[in-house]
Amino acid sequence: MTDVLIVAGGQGNPPSQNTLELLGAARRLADATQGRVKAAVLESAPTPLTAGLFGYGADQVFRAEHPLLNGYQGDVYVAALSQIAAQAAPQVILLADDSCGKEVAPRLAHRLNAGLVTEVLAVEGDGPAVLFRRQMYGGRTIATLAAQRFPVVATVKPRTMTPASELAGRTGEEIAVALTLEASLVRTKVVQKVAEEVRGVKLENARVVVSGGRGLKGPEPFKQLEELAQILRGAVGASRAATDAGWVPASWQVGQTGKTVSPDLYIAVGISGATQHLAGMTGSKTIVAINTDPDAPIFKVAHLGIVGDYKAILPKLLEKCRDLTQG
Amino acid sequence: MHTIVCIKQIIDPEIPADQFKLDASTKRQVRGGLSLVISAYDQNALEVALQLREKVGGKVTALCLGESGAMGAIKTALGMAVDEGVLVSDPPLLESDPFGVVHILAKAIQKIGVPDLVLTGCVSGDTGDKVMGPLIAEELGLPCVTFVSKVEVKDGKALVRRIVEDGYELVEAAFPLVVSIISDDSNVPRYSKLKDIMVAAKKQVPTWKTADLGLDGERVGAGAARLQMRDVSIPERDSKCEILDGETPEERAERLALRLRELKVI
Ligand SMILES: Cc1cc2nc3c(=O)[nH]c(=O)nc-3n(C[C@H](O)[C@H](O)[C@H](O)COP(=O)(O)OP(=O)(O)OC[C@H]3O[C@@H](n4cnc5c(N)ncnc54)[C@H](O)[C@@H]3O)c2cc1C
Repeated sequence: MTDVLIVAGGQGNPPSQNTLELLGAARRLADATQGRVKAAVLESAPTPLTAGLFGYGADQVFRAEHPLLNGYQGDVYVAALSQIAAQAAPQVILLADDSCGKEVAPRLAHRLNAGLVTEVLAVEGDGPAVLFRRQMYGGRTIATLAAQRFPVVATVKPRTMTPASELAGRTGEEIAVALTLEASLVRTKVVQKVAEEVRGVKLENARVVVSGGRGLKGPEPFKQLEELAQILRGAVGASRAATDAGWVPASWQVGQTGKTVSPDLYIAVGISGATQHLAGMTGSKTIVAINTDPDAPIFKVAHLGIVGDYKAILPKLLEKCRDLTQG
Repeated sequence: MHTIVCIKQIIDPEIPADQFKLDASTKRQVRGGLSLVISAYDQNALEVALQLREKVGGKVTALCLGESGAMGAIKTALGMAVDEGVLVSDPPLLESDPFGVVHILAKAIQKIGVPDLVLTGCVSGDTGDKVMGPLIAEELGLPCVTFVSKVEVKDGKALVRRIVEDGYELVEAAFPLVVSIISDDSNVPRYSKLKDIMVAAKKQVPTWKTADLGLDGERVGAGAARLQMRDVSIPERDSKCEILDGETPEERAERLALRLRELKVI
């Protein structure tokens, strides 16, 4: 019997996309062994999230309400989740592999003396073991890791699991968790949040992503990519070479260290296709490469390609796309 | 300000796909004749530490757990003008899982003397684990901030820039502190100067073994691993790319747009 605890994010009903994906993965894993799906909710005031979790497959919600749980703070989250895990006693704890999950999961695993596996792409039971699949070597390999000792803490890569669907009228058991949290736990404090301006859609949700790399040789050509993205109602991404050069913000990076995207259309302009970049975009349905080098590895994953200088290609591509999408 | 930067020596992660080979029995990458480097983001971490030293003074120590050949990584760091280096090298230790590794690193950090700041790269270039920073923090009982590109000191506290999904945050924390470093245009690793490389070559670097660190034997080595590797494989990539031709770039661009329309993706 594998009981799975998911760490729910967001506040709404329906829950956030990441949370629905965690619920989907947890439900499948638990169902295979007659286990239960439990959800940890950390909040400073009641929200519709708990009802949403039941509706999308949670059997139990461990709800912790505390004034210190007003937004993410690592020390508080780790302390709160350690206490919830002690009460819920799951075999597997799933968190989203986002900026908060990445920071919390290792710390939680350390406190619980648990196993740890991050950036999970697939999870399944195998007799007494639970198997996790993840990339290694910058996406060059896929590894299967087996946990035989529990609990194990895992972060799940966004947009890789089938999300849970709603079962109308479904309910579950709500368990109020009384946390012992002191304000003195807090050792780091966010003093300022700076959100990059998003024109149109967010990169991680976009159906179309137009990305640029070192081949663009400067920040200027990204304006053309933005224009193309705008015409196609998409977002702009970049390779590490472009973000490290400071041409575009770091949060635009796609790949192993950056974001994972799986749009319907991914257009890579002046990107060679290093495995670490591919790690973040090979889930895209249609991949287009524009590159001067016919041997660039990006053509090994692309479905459509143009060998040539982006400078000569983009203006016409913009014009034609504008005609087609407005016609 | 004393900063310890944890660095790892790995096989160059940016080699072309056809040079990447797996050993079926060890399930690890085959070194062959490939060159060894300091893991990419560890280099950015060294740069952050050096810039901090330039601003507020103090010293930087590079700490590496690895094979005896990882002395090369320490020497490279010393060549970037890091002040001190420590190598921890003992073959059984190298089989440790991340929890074992942080136990070893934390013991080494305590032996050096817990510094104001411990830096790690945000991801290791080989296994792809992004866990070292937070795990070291827990092991040492220190606060941590992950995915940070810049570290400044303000009113005796650290003010760091943490990259998040939709931008960045400025996070304040007291020292001592553990920070994992991500790259941006402010921390591009510097080139070594010839004179520093010459100083580095002569510099004495201690090598510590299990007995020097008072390790808990239950926590290190292959036997302590909390997960087992069942299988590793290299996924097939389908390479059926349709190259659009045409006399001129404009023609090709036009063809691309039409194909995308046909495929109903635009
Ligand atoms: C641990 C680790 C993590 C990493 N994480 C990431 C990550 O998350 N994301 C990421 O992107 N990278 C990542 N990298 C870096 C990655 O290995 C590559 O270095 C990087 O992706 C290269 O970026 P690029 O393709 O833009 O540049 P390059 O590899 O330099 O490629 C530039 C391309 O532009 C083409 N070009 C040049 N001029 C033109 C022109 N006029 N028109 C059209 N094409 C042109 C060239 O032919 C070339 O193929 C990581 C590396 C490591 C070690």
